[in-house]
Amino acid sequence: MVPLSYYLILSGILFSCGVLGFLIKRNIITIFMSIELMLNGVNLSFVAFAAHWQHLSGQIFVFFVMVVAAAEAAVGLAIIIAVYRTRETLNVDQVNLLKL
Amino acid sequence: MLHLILFLVFAAICIAGAVNLLIQRHPISSALSLVVVMASLAAEYLLLGAEFVAAVQVIVYAGAVMVLFVFVIMLLNAGEEDRIGGSQVALVVGVPGILACGLLTAWVLLKQTGDLKIGALLGDPKTIGSLLFHDFLLPFEVTSVLILIAIMGAVVLANRPETINSGKKED
Repeated sequence: MVPLSYYLILSGILFSCGVLGFLIKRNIITIFMSIELMLNGVNLSFVAFAAHWQHLSGQIFVFFVMVVAAAEAAVGLAIIIAVYRTRETLNVDQVNLLKL
Repeated sequence: MLHLILFLVFAAICIAGAVNLLIQRHPISSALSLVVVMASLAAEYLLLGAEFVAAVQVIVYAGAVMVLFVFVIMLLNAGEEDRIGGSQVALVVGVPGILACGLLTAWVLLKQTGDLKIGALLGDPKTIGSLLFHDFLLPFEVTSVLILIAIMGAVVLANRPETINSGKKED
């Protein structure tokens, strides 16, 4: 028997680690991984609430979040490759123009 | 009791991986610690009875997505990131602020009581599948279109500009 709040606190910690990484990291790929970490934190709270309310919709939503995250990873990494090809850097401080 | 012990062990692994992701400077080390986070999260899902979600977590997230990340890191030959000096204001105001917010949220959450049991809600592939193909059929089909668009977008974006131009000339 584990209280629901433990799961929610773990999910909150993961989400905050993701936010922190998004803010302090300078490598564009690591920033992208921080976003994945945030998505994982949210997924955990979805599954915990599904178990709490005895309703499977939460788990279906996790499935959809994973699908969207996979699509986002594919497109985002393609953008990173395109950015690297034109600028030769992965540091976000040096990528300060939208123009490719 | 066993449930609590397993939860705490995997939660500790999970948080250690997340913190290691922040500490490591090399992207490969960060990616591997993210794999650790995802694998231990899959174990947490199993504890909650979400069998299908745990399997998909390992296959899609820890497998496919992270392989894509590691592949891109190695393709671009990403080295260690430069460390820039953080601002003092962030350290003096931000850290206590985050701690205060986090403790307040944790206190509010801990006040409500509701226990989760192992296997109280079983998300096995059969149940999830029937739910997915009856109640959630339209969202499911829309996601497949989204995946298709994402694949095409990734191919177009990652293509070299010259190849796109030469392709047009041939037309």
